[in-house]
Amino acid sequence: MIKDSHDTQDWDDSDEMDNHFVLDLFIAGASSNSIRAVANLREICEKYIKERYTLRVIDVHQEKSLASQEQLVALPLLIKSRPYPERRLIGDMSDTQKVLKGLGISGE
Amino acid sequence: MSLEPSESSKMPSRLPKSNTGIRGLDEITAGGLPSGRPTLVCGSAGSGKTLFSMEFLVHGATKYKEPGVFVAFEEKAEELAVNVASLGFNLNQLQHDGQIRVDHVRIERSEIEETGEYNLDGLFIRLAYAIDSIGAKRVVLDTIESLFSGLTNQAVLRAELRRLFEWLKEKKVTTIITGEKGEASLTRQGLEEYVSDCVILLDHRVENKISTRILRIVKYRGSVHGTNEYPFLIDEEGISVLPVTSLQLNHPVSSERISSGIPALDKMLGGEGFFKASSILVSGTAGTGKTSIAGSFIDRACTDGMRAIYFAFEESPHQIVRNMRSINIDLQAHVDSGLLLFSASRPTLNGLEMHLLNIVKLVEKFQPSVIVLDPISNLVTVGSNSEVRSLLTRLIDFLQSQQITVMFTALALNDKNSEQTDEGVSSLVDVWVLVRDIESNGERNRGLYVMKSRGMKHSNQVREFVITDEGLKLVEVFLGPVGVLTGSARETQQLLEKTSEALRDHAVSRKDREIERKRLVLESKIATLKEEFESLQEELNKSYIEDELKKSIMEDNRKELTRKRDNLL
Repeated sequence: MIKDSHDTQDWDDSDEMDNHFVLDLFIAGASSNSIRAVANLREICEKYIKERYTLRVIDVHQEKSLASQEQLVALPLLIKSRPYPERRLIGDMSDTQKVLKGLGISGE
Repeated sequence: MSLEPSESSKMPSRLPKSNTGIRGLDEITAGGLPSGRPTLVCGSAGSGKTLFSMEFLVHGATKYKEPGVFVAFEEKAEELAVNVASLGFNLNQLQHDGQIRVDHVRIERSEIEETGEYNLDGLFIRLAYAIDSIGAKRVVLDTIESLFSGLTNQAVLRAELRRLFEWLKEKKVTTIITGEKGEASLTRQGLEEYVSDCVILLDHRVENKISTRILRIVKYRGSVHGTNEYPFLIDEEGISVLPVTSLQLNHPVSSERISSGIPALDKMLGGEGFFKASSILVSGTAGTGKTSIAGSFIDRACTDGMRAIYFAFEESPHQIVRNMRSINIDLQAHVDSGLLLFSASRPTLNGLEMHLLNIVKLVEKFQPSVIVLDPISNLVTVGSNSEVRSLLTRLIDFLQSQQITVMFTALALNDKNSEQTDEGVSSLVDVWVLVRDIESNGERNRGLYVMKSRGMKHSNQVREFVITDEGLKLVEVFLGPVGVLTGSARETQQLLEKTSEALRDHAVSRKDREIERKRLVLESKIATLKEEFESLQEELNKSYIEDELKKSIMEDNRKELTRKRDNLL
């Protein structure tokens, strides 16, 4: 499916979609980890992928059946469903370098 | 266990237990696993941990109305369902009925980036959801150690596991946590530190190329439990543990008798045969007819309407039936009527413990009154003497508790120590019948004697044991001037005795006749003498009467004369 050699990405999506991040952050209520994770993630997103992301914060306590569906074990959990490949990040997002690596963003 | 503390006493209540429904395990643990607490089941790969925990759940759901949650860290729900289908568990149906819920927890390190502090709230939430959705009382975590390979932060994991077990206790669910056996510890991640209530170890050993599964309760806080290693079996009925070592010597005894099938042998045993539920050992050298004795014992039992199992370790059932026919014993008829069951297996098929389990399972299923093990000598090929001895001890205990009469046959080596059987079981059994070759005058004959017979009068005589077309016979002991005679020597001696008896009879009759003649002669002499005496007596009497007459006549004459003279005056 690779048509153009200048296109360095392997997947067949439009440029706009490639750049847009779809993020789901699963948290467990208002625990300190949850609060820190939300704050840290927002900060990172604002700094590196400003206006190129959609972030949903989901409290698993509100919808418990999700835990099994989404294979949740450790919380907080961030699932990056776009761009591909899907990545899972756990923790309070305090290690910025690891978050960026997980999101596939080179930290400049 | 029957002595429950009275209600008025201030004893704290006993540890509540949840039945596992696994055969035998509830006996060892005196009621099952601790209710509302976590139990660790550990063992190496393939030791049966998953099956064990699945049986716990399925029995809980089907027998004890306790729904359960199975959290599978290793297998998918579909895989699990297929795996346990072989045991007859319909996991899909149970899930559909809301009896069991299987939750597959997948955790892949390569997909996960750790970015800071986290905890296992996700697991807690889904577990809580699963428990609450079906009102689960039982939970299995199989194998929670997978978390350690998926997540790197050991400190967090350990703290979270501790919290998880506490939380499960608060939830009042009976939990099984499985763990892979570690190098030096019970589990790789030292789960035993967190689960301190009950730890069960499963093991799978291979010795002499024969595998045996072993279960041991390492600890059980707040409860008595059997501490031995118990062999267990996994077959189409699931796990069965048989606590055959926990039996005590307190089985009821019977004074009922059961015939040996050989009338003359019964006579040697106080006239009535063996005690019911006793154990009988028939030992002897090769070809002495041990199997034939066992065959006639079984035949008699079945004829009397008892159920019997014949465990053959050497010959196939067909072979036994054919061979018995040659001595006029038709075992096939009993097989056809459903009274007799053959179970033939090579000793090397299983480990010793498996043999014991199989015997016990079959006995419990078939409910026989009589069983035969022919021969036990072959079991030595799969175990040491002490193991065989321990096996037979437990088997005898078990059978006696079930009121089953058992006959073992054993091959005795023809050496100086032939009084001792290989297996050293002669001290365990109640009756020991020894069949021996007696070699003399260029022929071999069989001698049978009762070495011991507990609790009854028994003959101390050696009997000659003859196998005929009509069955087994014991020939009356023949004591000649040179000791016990057997075979043709016995027959010769018998003939000799017969001849001399005839001769003696003849001599006796001649003497009798002579005496008779003497008597007759004497009697005629006596008669003559008697007549002589009578004539003499008559003679004497005659003269006496004449004298009397003379005397009275003279008296009369004198009186007459006196009167006449008076008249003259």
